[in-house]
Amino acid sequence: MTGQAPALASLREVTQRYGKVTALDRMTIEIPGNCMVGLIGPDGVGKSSLLGIIAGARRCQSGGVTVLGGDVSDAAHRASVCPRIAYMPQGLGKNLYPDLSVRENIEFFARVFGQSHQERERRIAELLDSTALAPFADRPAKKLSGGMRQKLGLCCSLIHDPDLLILDEPTTGVDPLSRRQFWELIDRIRARREGMSVLVATAYMEEAAQFDWLLALNAGSILATGSPQQLQSQTGTSNIEDAFVSLMPGSPGKEKRDASTSAVPPRVVSDEPPVIVAKDLTCRFGDFTAVDRVNFEIGRGEIFGFVGSNGSGKTTTMKMLTGLLPATAGQAYLFGKPVDAGSMETRKLVGYMSQSFSLYSELTVRQNLELHARLFHLPSAVAKARIAELVETCGLSAHIDDDAAELPLGIRQRLSLAVAIVHKPQLLILDEPTSGVDPVARDQFWSLLIDLSRNQGVTIFVSTHFMNEAARCDRLSLMHEGHVLATDTPEGLVRAQGAPTLESAFIRYLEHATNLSGSASQPPPAPPLPASLLAPDKRRDSRRSYFSPQRLLACTIRESLELTRDPIRLMFALFGTAFLMIVFGFGISTDVNNLSFAVLDRDQTPESRAYLEELRGSPYFSEKPPLADYAELERRLQAGDIKASIEIPPNFGLNIKRGRPAWASAWIDGAMPFRAETIRGYLQGMHQLYLADPAVKTTVPTTGPPADVEIRFKYNQDFDSIYAMVPSTIAMLLALFPAILMALAIVREKELGSITNLYVTPVTRLEFLIGKQLPYVGVAMINFTIMFAMALFLFDVPLKGSFLTLLIGVIIYVITTTGYGMFISTFCRTQIAALFGTAILTILPASQFSGMLTPVSSLSGFGQLIGRAFPMTYFRPISVGTFTKGLGFTDLATSLLALAVFIPVLTAGSLLLLRKQEA
Amino acid sequence: MWSLSNIFWLGTKELRSFIRDYVLLGLVVYSFSLAVISQAQSNSQELHNASIAYVDEDHSELSRRIARAFLPPYFKPPVPISEHDIDHLMNNGQYTFVIDIPPNFERDVLGGRQPALQVDVDATAMVQAGLGSGYALQIIDTEVADFLSRSEGSPPPPVNLAIRIAFNPNVDTAWFTSVMGIINNVTMLAIILAGAAIVREREHGTMDHLLVMPLTPFQIAMSKIWANGLIIAIAVALSLYLVVRLLLGIPIAGSIPLFMVGVVIYLFFATAIGIFLGTVAQSMPQLGLLYMLIAVPMNQLSGSATPLESMPVWLATAMQASPSTHFVSFAQSILYRGAGIDVVWPQFLAVATIGAGFLGLSIWRFRAVVAQSS
Repeated sequence: MTGQAPALASLREVTQRYGKVTALDRMTIEIPGNCMVGLIGPDGVGKSSLLGIIAGARRCQSGGVTVLGGDVSDAAHRASVCPRIAYMPQGLGKNLYPDLSVRENIEFFARVFGQSHQERERRIAELLDSTALAPFADRPAKKLSGGMRQKLGLCCSLIHDPDLLILDEPTTGVDPLSRRQFWELIDRIRARREGMSVLVATAYMEEAAQFDWLLALNAGSILATGSPQQLQSQTGTSNIEDAFVSLMPGSPGKEKRDASTSAVPPRVVSDEPPVIVAKDLTCRFGDFTAVDRVNFEIGRGEIFGFVGSNGSGKTTTMKMLTGLLPATAGQAYLFGKPVDAGSMETRKLVGYMSQSFSLYSELTVRQNLELHARLFHLPSAVAKARIAELVETCGLSAHIDDDAAELPLGIRQRLSLAVAIVHKPQLLILDEPTSGVDPVARDQFWSLLIDLSRNQGVTIFVSTHFMNEAARCDRLSLMHEGHVLATDTPEGLVRAQGAPTLESAFIRYLEHATNLSGSASQPPPAPPLPASLLAPDKRRDSRRSYFSPQRLLACTIRESLELTRDPIRLMFALFGTAFLMIVFGFGISTDVNNLSFAVLDRDQTPESRAYLEELRGSPYFSEKPPLADYAELERRLQAGDIKASIEIPPNFGLNIKRGRPAWASAWIDGAMPFRAETIRGYLQGMHQLYLADPAVKTTVPTTGPPADVEIRFKYNQDFDSIYAMVPSTIAMLLALFPAILMALAIVREKELGSITNLYVTPVTRLEFLIGKQLPYVGVAMINFTIMFAMALFLFDVPLKGSFLTLLIGVIIYVITTTGYGMFISTFCRTQIAALFGTAILTILPASQFSGMLTPVSSLSGFGQLIGRAFPMTYFRPISVGTFTKGLGFTDLATSLLALAVFIPVLTAGSLLLLRKQEA
Repeated sequence: MWSLSNIFWLGTKELRSFIRDYVLLGLVVYSFSLAVISQAQSNSQELHNASIAYVDEDHSELSRRIARAFLPPYFKPPVPISEHDIDHLMNNGQYTFVIDIPPNFERDVLGGRQPALQVDVDATAMVQAGLGSGYALQIIDTEVADFLSRSEGSPPPPVNLAIRIAFNPNVDTAWFTSVMGIINNVTMLAIILAGAAIVREREHGTMDHLLVMPLTPFQIAMSKIWANGLIIAIAVALSLYLVVRLLLGIPIAGSIPLFMVGVVIYLFFATAIGIFLGTVAQSMPQLGLLYMLIAVPMNQLSGSATPLESMPVWLATAMQASPSTHFVSFAQSILYRGAGIDVVWPQFLAVATIGAGFLGLSIWRFRAVVAQSS
């Protein structure tokens, strides 16, 4: 590194559009290196797009971007700088694997970056120590609090010594104490690694004030750049939050803002009974106590704040008040009555906004409002006026016909509030309503709340991580590990701790509480980071390669771990096939018997009875009560009571005796053609038997047949369908399960966000796909073993041919069926589409068009095309061939080869369709 | 009254989100049009284009006549092969039938020595082997008898059997497979749509939101049932009128409106089981696996793929508890046999009873799960 800081990244005329939204508009900027760069701006102005492009996670649509001295649109450059960049996407632990433990998460990233075992162990130990996560190394990521999750994300990012650390809103939704610890950690790392640049997007202006250089964005363009001091002097403001607000076009002037924020009109305390009373409220999950004997009273019109560390029980308390969670002990009262989950009356008085956005993202703003107005039964005229009023006060008019999914976070939160108050509730329960919302939008949000409280007498119970919001509450409760530490006015709390600000008072309370309880979540006094950890890795560049077995293995190990962490899925996957094998093995059969028939014997002679005797003795038929007349025949055939009828006309016996041709006639139910054809065959066979019967011959003059046609059923002398059906069922089930599991495994990563790791780590698409495929190939092989044993021992279907050939065939086959699922997953975005798509694209071809019932070569039309393109068509001959036909490798070589062709085709197709970058 | 209004408006939300999901919409259209057509045209349930070869060691007039008698559409034109190829060609599945005409066959027939003629059948080609061997027997017998009657005349058989097929005289399998394809879609879609609607509400956190509003679990469940049921009922009606009747030209004997009444009754059951599975599954992959375990057997064993008569008695009896079996059965009665309500009411009643029971169970289960959701 030279003393002169080179530009970290430079953008030329970069434009990025998503649908009709322009995220970045012809942006040109040079971002300096070797320092902390902060990105600030309202929600939805393109901060995340910009970070994504620099990290290489998003494709740059137009314009040029140079990062670390090369063009990122060049895949080779991206691949070569990728190990020098670490990217933590927005959202708490979005790129982590929730089912894996802390250690396993870090191990995965270490493997991806090709670290040896010792190196990995050493680095993980050091990182866990310095982030105070060591005591939680074995806890699954999904059970970590928000702050711990972000620290884990940071560990995963730092495992490979990046030169550039990109953090997208790393502290959103994180409590003040954890936030402070987070930035101290970053500072310590930077102190030891001088060359490292950090690029951060944040909604916290007090954090932004600590950075070296700021970039303020709005509506895809740059508002201002420079150090925090420069921005303040430019706008003539004293802090960065005010500077930001005044930079915003069309923002209220400084004076107006001061007037609207600092002045919360004093509350007129009435002597009405409290709206909310909590008495020793307690909630336990198993042996974990989430909320422990919490007490408070909230009066009418009061704004009551809840602050506390992540996972301290705030949300749980709120859920108990709404009746979503039953209290384990204690009691809560709303409006003087105990909380009753079933009470519709109380629900009409309460408005609730949960922590995450929980409206229907597929509806527009107007549709969401109308739906809720209707569900609260506002008369339509009232509803119309109310919606118009809310659209006005919440500033939603510009977005009224937009989908909720497309709204920026701040607007979404306003919509959530509008929905929560559409029925004019008397009590509002708001769980972190402003998390991730920019300062301007937060201000607007709070002025709405203040208006509701002061002018409409609405009681507001709100939780927040922002201290300037907490300061506006009438009273505050501090929560920590399920306990309320203190309840007082904001000023009272500051006074009690003798602290300069509310934030420091809060932190002192927490530190005091953690010291008392001796909890392990208290970080040790910041051990110095060992130099070894931070030494730039010299071997890094030599490790570039297009295919690395180690990275592939990293993906395989991770996928296998995740699979074992979901025992329900694993059990279904392993034994579901066994269950279906039993059902299908016995159930799908073409041996038709037990066919019900009835006779209409109008002759009633020994001859007619002799003829019918042949039918009655047949194992295929079972006789129902005889028919009285033709109308009954028709009726019972129509009702499905009988499947066939035999009618013997009068004079049947007489005609036979006189040597005149006698006729019998049969009606068969044609509703199911296959069954009808089978019955026809049986009847004809029986008729022939009758004619050939020696007993008949004595009464009827007849000669033997001119030729003896002998039907020889090869491979299966008794023509028992189980010998064909069991091997076919194995083929069918090995097509269905692996495909569905595989497709969902990939689409799940897309839906839950961990696909980002494919975009920003050196893992190639091939390593990713094959790495994920291997565990499912393993599961499928276990399935095969179980089904093979069932075929031999339960169904008594012996293997007559070569086991080795069958085994080779199965291995090739399960690779193709998982590959089929992989291919489907590449064009599905949601799990539901993947599930439905894989189901209809496998079940139909497998059960109808793959030779299960009829050889593919005999199918016609579209069905044959589908069959030819489905791997089971080529595996069924191998399975049936080895089991029932007694074949070996040479007989089946063609089928094996045809099956093998699917592997490169499906893999190449998946590679082409899977993106290494987000659009 | 309020309850009905809630159910109605919540349901409109379901309809809106369904229509917005283009991939899902596309898949539904596919499964009710192209998938139905491909099943109708596949001839997978009949003897069609069976591959056949013959070994002619006789080289006589009769042997040539026998070979020529195997005609499309039942059989492909027979291919002459040599005797030592039989095993090899049948092993790799190239031919399902091989007729072996021995030397001096014609001479022995004429001499009344009843020579043996062998037909090898690949018994692993289930449907074809069963139906085709009967046909082959018939064709060869007829050919030999014709040949004889021309040369010397043989007495007509003393007893004749006239076989007629009711409701579908030509045994056209497209009639059957097209409608059964629709029926299988109904079960599949109802379960996936209703189940996924529940799992999605939970994954996206909107379930909590609904539960703090003045709505009961019953209303939430009913809204999903009517909305998803309506989508499927419309798809079925369109598919029957446009695809089956108009496009495929299949005559439907019975009353489509009566059938639709049955579909609606069945949908109560099918969407209820979807909701039930949605409450059991914790995630979409689990729902997918549950779906495979429940819905695939319900479809495959309902009598829509292979006849119920072919199952072991215990399984066929157990399948009587599944409404899908009754659904298939009354569909066949109404659509093919032209049965009226007087004939199918017991099946309607069975589906309605089992459906109501399941609906109650799934709403009870839904309530229990929702109460402890968080």
